[in-house]
Amino acid sequence: MVKPGSRVLDIGCGDGTLLRLLAEKRDVDGRGIELSQAGVNSCVTQGLAVIQGDADTDLEYYPDLAFDYAILSQTIQATYSPRHVLEQLLRIGKHAVVSFPNFGHWKVRAQLMFGGKMPRTPNLPESWSDTPNIHLCTIKDFLDLCDDIGAKVERAVVLNASGTKLVSMPLFAQNLFGEQAVFLLSR
Amino acid sequence: MNDSPGAESFADTKRREQITNPQSQIVHYPADEPLPLDCGGALAPLSIAYQTYGTLNADKSNLVLVCHALTGDQHAANLHPLTGKPGWWDTMVGSGKPIDTDRYFVLCPNVIGGCMGTTGPSSMNPETGRPYGPDFPVITVRDMVRAQARLLDHLGIDQVLCVLGGSMGGMQVLEWAATYKDRVFSAVPIACAARHSSQNIAFHEVGRQAVMADPDWCQGRYLEEGRSPRKGLAVARMAAHITYLSDAALHDKFGRNLQDRDKVTFGFDADFQVESYLRHQGMTFVDRFDANSYLYITRAMDYFDIAADHGGVLANAFAGTKTRFCLVSFTSDWLFPTEESREVVHALNAVAAKVSFVEIKSNKGHDAFLLQEPELFDTVRGFLTAAARRRGVEGAQGWLP
Repeated sequence: MVKPGSRVLDIGCGDGTLLRLLAEKRDVDGRGIELSQAGVNSCVTQGLAVIQGDADTDLEYYPDLAFDYAILSQTIQATYSPRHVLEQLLRIGKHAVVSFPNFGHWKVRAQLMFGGKMPRTPNLPESWSDTPNIHLCTIKDFLDLCDDIGAKVERAVVLNASGTKLVSMPLFAQNLFGEQAVFLLSR
Repeated sequence: MNDSPGAESFADTKRREQITNPQSQIVHYPADEPLPLDCGGALAPLSIAYQTYGTLNADKSNLVLVCHALTGDQHAANLHPLTGKPGWWDTMVGSGKPIDTDRYFVLCPNVIGGCMGTTGPSSMNPETGRPYGPDFPVITVRDMVRAQARLLDHLGIDQVLCVLGGSMGGMQVLEWAATYKDRVFSAVPIACAARHSSQNIAFHEVGRQAVMADPDWCQGRYLEEGRSPRKGLAVARMAAHITYLSDAALHDKFGRNLQDRDKVTFGFDADFQVESYLRHQGMTFVDRFDANSYLYITRAMDYFDIAADHGGVLANAFAGTKTRFCLVSFTSDWLFPTEESREVVHALNAVAAKVSFVEIKSNKGHDAFLLQEPELFDTVRGFLTAAARRRGVEGAQGWLP
């Protein structure tokens, strides 16, 4: 989804794996924001330009359209204000790339329905009292939010837990069989 | 020299030797090569004393410039000639340490206005044959950096691999990055700010007033009078030292513990351990630092304001920079709080500079950058290694962080 040679901000960049990959494979001019000290240290050690910060509060400091792509990878469900964060992404980047675990997957629905307990899957491994995920959503939920804030979906890719792309299918099927989703958005 | 309290002591004499004949390498610029100053005047002749560690490589690409803070000097990683103590950054600079002298050529100059060999208020004024004293021009952080640039010219270095420093050293790093953009490949400003706050200025003013209130200050001409404003300078140091520590750490270390006694004496002796500690800090300081230098260097810090030099907008100072930055702040530093570093980070983000920023959890206050802080070591080590690789320093590809 990311064009070679572009400027990228990876929000919640962890230990810098994605940033490094993008720099090596796509010659990207990358920056990162990461909450954890350990993550930031790991990134700085690899020569990545990463600042310690919180996606919920620190995105306002970036100027408008400062990046070609603002990436929020597997993080939106852990933020306090997903709507606010998404709006900041679309302000800062010409495009936003958002990936998240799909709470509408049939395994999730089955565990709740038949097990009566909060689901634990490969994409959602932690117990309900331990997880950083406080704003889970389904693919349909996310599409509703995009509609609400006026974001255009340019591309949507649906994956299973190991990251294999699923063949194109109607929305209700994506919502049932996709364990992760990746969206390319713009305004 | 007599035995009266305000007279020069033996320690003063030893200290003064370092002004004229420092245990350092030194460069002398003659009177016909004046250093222009921000105040409008110039400094000539000029001497710059400095220390080096490690070896400069063949293509001169591994030079790391270390800038010292207010009461520091060029002896960053060697035993101090006056106190015999390890250098002020012995924790960071040395073989196998984060600023690894096996890999890098480390240069640490004494700032102008100082008293350990570089020209300062206690140096000889060639026009009068006596120490400058209060006739020494008021210098700025930019003047300090200008002098350092001249030293680099003398050593044949065009671009440094990295400039690092904490506190006033960090201010010099920012000034380097703003004024000599092409000469700085990477920069690590630690525990600093883009300008002194009102509170910072206030604390420095208290210190200066203490020095100037000492009757032995003699309007700054104490050297000529054979006197020494030790008491005033000691008080200044005591006040400043408190700002370098955190409330929590001070309490952990001393609490309300009494010094060698079971109960308070209902007097004004050093009843509490913290009092005894501060008095000791003051007394040892005056043995190695000059009172006028304290006035001039605190003044330079107060005048420091990068944004003001660039139309009031901090981002303008760094427009177009290709320098790689890594800012570091400490959670319990209330003298240069994290907010100050964040402001610089925002300004650098606004001009699309490559910037990293790390806030390190520590209870050691502003002084943390001088102490055992593993996160600081890892950050600097990693950043430097990455910068060396990026610059193509010979052999750097094989260096593990």
